Amino acid sequence: MKRPEPVHIIKQRREGLLRGLVDGVPYIGFLGVEFDRRGDELTAVLPFRENLIGNPSLPALHGGATAAFLEIAAMIELAWSTLWEGVEAEGALPEGPLRLPKTIDFTVDYLRTGLPRDAYARARVNRSGRRYASVHVEAWQDNRSRLFAQATGHFLMPPPDS
Amino acid sequence: MPDPKTIARQFIEALPHSHALGMRLEAISEGVATISMPYDERLIGDPLTRVIHGGAVSALMDTACGAAVMSHPAAGFSTATLDLRIDYMRPATPGQTIRTRAECHHVTRSVAFVRAVATDDDGARPVAMATGAFTVERLK
Repeated sequence: MKRPEPVHIIKQRREGLLRGLVDGVPYIGFLGVEFDRRGDELTAVLPFRENLIGNPSLPALHGGATAAFLEIAAMIELAWSTLWEGVEAEGALPEGPLRLPKTIDFTVDYLRTGLPRDAYARARVNRSGRRYASVHVEAWQDNRSRLFAQATGHFLMPPPDS
Repeated sequence: MPDPKTIARQFIEALPHSHALGMRLEAISEGVATISMPYDERLIGDPLTRVIHGGAVSALMDTACGAAVMSHPAAGFSTATLDLRIDYMRPATPGQTIRTRAECHHVTRSVAFVRAVATDDDGARPVAMATGAFTVERLK
């Protein structure tokens, strides 16, 4: 049996893949979205900032900030889960810049008011083909079981040679 | 006494998230609103093509739809999004302002149904379209 790789090598490679997907996108930095990784499980985190507020009198998160957060979580999960197997099998990151899928459509279901505190999201790829993918994403704040928004989106996969 | 359009503009441009994205109210009338968002490098979603991220377009759509609801005579001066679907038809051309026109096409006592179209300088080919349902607050 092949000896398992040292843990720091594995972590470095997985972090490298995540950073390669996230760090080059200015808008992810603009919103302040971060990703918490446990093995292959990603949780997107939206730390609360004043400029995410939509309605100052409540105050509540802007519906647009919520939509953007969910779309980022869905898109990164899709790219991450598509690349994961190859990167684990090869033991190395793909060459060249990593291309993200393109959003075809995105439908957000607002379940309750977004409160002025941190939000979390996890996405699940329901179907991923060569060209198209369908992704569902759920977001919560204080309680994992009390979602404040969920969304479904369809994405166009980047061409395999890019 | 400032006119209602000035009040509406100040209100929308004062929403912290809309302000952070550089949104400006261009026109507002009963149930219809047009809001623009200038090109900004911080909003780029694809560093290779420099195209604005879909999430920023979603925020513009949501703001324009909300403004259209708030300007409708049957709705109060507050609303919340129930759902919003966005179709991304083509990438917005880098460097160009994105402009969204949102219109309430049906308003009941409880719900406003809104449609919106986003365009860049090429007004004939929409960048994105949205359909949403928004709450109607009861007038006190």
